[in-house]
Amino acid sequence: MYKSEAASWFRIYEMFQFKAFHMYGIIGLAVGLGIIVIQAIKRFKIKSFFGAQIVFEPKEKGVKRYIIGGILFGLGWALAGACPGPMFTLIGAGYIPILVVIAAALFGTFVYGLIRNKLPH
Amino acid sequence: MEIILNPWPWYISGFLIAFVMFLLIMVEKKFGMSSNLRTLCTICGADKTSDFFKFDWKSQRWNLIVVLGAIIGGFIGSHYLTNNVAVAIHPEVIQNLQALGFESAGKAYLPTELFDISALSNIKSLSVLIIGGFLVGFGARYAGGCTSGHAISGLSNLQMPSLIAVIGFFIGGFFTIHVLFPLIF
Repeated sequence: MYKSEAASWFRIYEMFQFKAFHMYGIIGLAVGLGIIVIQAIKRFKIKSFFGAQIVFEPKEKGVKRYIIGGILFGLGWALAGACPGPMFTLIGAGYIPILVVIAAALFGTFVYGLIRNKLPH
Repeated sequence: MEIILNPWPWYISGFLIAFVMFLLIMVEKKFGMSSNLRTLCTICGADKTSDFFKFDWKSQRWNLIVVLGAIIGGFIGSHYLTNNVAVAIHPEVIQNLQALGFESAGKAYLPTELFDISALSNIKSLSVLIIGGFLVGFGARYAGGCTSGHAISGLSNLQMPSLIAVIGFFIGGFFTIHVLFPLIF
């Protein structure tokens, strides 16, 4: 994450400006390989390292929660320039202000838990 | 050594992300980082306030280890494997950011205007970090996943809800960059 600059605020900004292939290459390749891996596991019934069958839980159906939640996430992603994985990478890299972002993200998660019953899903 | 010290190309990172997901699938787990935020809320006692946080957080300990790994990875990557932190973004993007007042564009890893320790005493910078973080946390749980859970895991499993969420991510991000940024900065 750190070395490929996917944890860099600048790369996220550049991605939303559609000015570089970099981030799209990272996500696109990961998804491309991911599709092949998951299809292979399903088709050849590959067992886990512990010998059990691998089950893929489908995501719950719906539109509202995904589009509204997704847009809110996107607004924040572009502001903070970090999604939940790279946030932690940046702690390791020693950027103190990212702790503010993580604390706010924890608070956002907490508020969602409090009001989720009142939100359309 | 040069190859390791220079920024890694997209195909290395894309491959490694897919590989991490593969390993997690093979040990019967899921690749999703934002779930950890919920787990951390529960550990801090949020289970007393909402059923949403009532679950056995110990069953999620493996995912907290992934978080620890991300922190260690960030430490090693930045302290031992990098000699020049400047991110070579597109020249037009640098110009565009400098016009908005981001002097550090093209010279740093993160904008010093937001991530230097001095930014914490600047109300505007602090607000951007807090509002951004809040929306990431809130939005990720509302949508049921973030970049790893939806964009990588969900799309890899050809899930329609994940595609809708990812479209949402980009609508939101696009709006922030093209509409909000010129207003804020």
